[in-house]
Amino acid sequence: MGPLILSDVLILSAVLFCVSVAGIFLNRKNLIIILMCIELMLLAVNLNFIAFSHFNADMTGQIFVFFILTVAAAESAIGLAILVVLFRNKNTINVDDISTMKG
Amino acid sequence: MATKLIFYFFAATLTLAAFRVITARNPVHAALFLVLAFFSSAAIWLLLQAEFLAITLILVYVGAVMILFLFVVMMLDINLAPLREGFAKYLPVGFAVSILILIEMIMVVSHWKTGLATTVTATNIPNVEQLGQLLYSAYLYPFEIAALILLVAMVAAIALTMRPHTRAKYQKPEQQVRVRREDRLRLISLPAEPKD
Repeated sequence: MGPLILSDVLILSAVLFCVSVAGIFLNRKNLIIILMCIELMLLAVNLNFIAFSHFNADMTGQIFVFFILTVAAAESAIGLAILVVLFRNKNTINVDDISTMKG
Repeated sequence: MATKLIFYFFAATLTLAAFRVITARNPVHAALFLVLAFFSSAAIWLLLQAEFLAITLILVYVGAVMILFLFVVMMLDINLAPLREGFAKYLPVGFAVSILILIEMIMVVSHWKTGLATTVTATNIPNVEQLGQLLYSAYLYPFEIAALILLVAMVAAIALTMRPHTRAKYQKPEQQVRVRREDRLRLISLPAEPKD
């Protein structure tokens, strides 16, 4: 077992991303769990950025993670607000019941 | 050596927590396991010497976003049974697709040769200082745009969820300005009464 190398972290990030993809497949009716899975995906992407930033000794990756964190916080705030409005109007968060726009 | 052991410990915790997030029956449990996932990935970020971002992850995500998630989950009165309907039905296809993606990613990623050679340059400048120097010089305009995005998100979240409550009494300045004397004051003439 040698020192920590880049591909270790990249594989962990890939596992995390695939778990969240499976989560979107499994919980495709529950909007809250889907939002949580999106958060997990963003976490996996951030882990990639930080790993590359560490192993290439370049701070730009961490700057990018900073902006991703900002945008993800804004996204989840607006997403949850939309969820609350949806529940108030339709009394459900089931994805199958949200078909008003026939998309 | 020890670093790698610590990394494996936190990686296992992170993966288990992520699995519990997607399989938990109760959304509150899923949110709490997501908190665990954020904590263990913050530990991994600390191992990778991204101290500021690790603390930001705990402060912003665990402190704000997950609390928001928990509030929403507890506030909504959800009937959980119909939301779990497709779980067993989509289990095979979900696992098949994600295992396929995982195998493809690992095939690409495990042959990454450039990461092996690059050694980490040890600098005396702390991480926060490095980040701040970059953020306030080269990335100043993106930084300000990020602030604007947060403002827009705040305004949007408030505007979406606020509804005018009808029973409360509040001022309407336009009607206050428009009011005239005739609306409020009525002059009536009363006959004078003798004082006894």
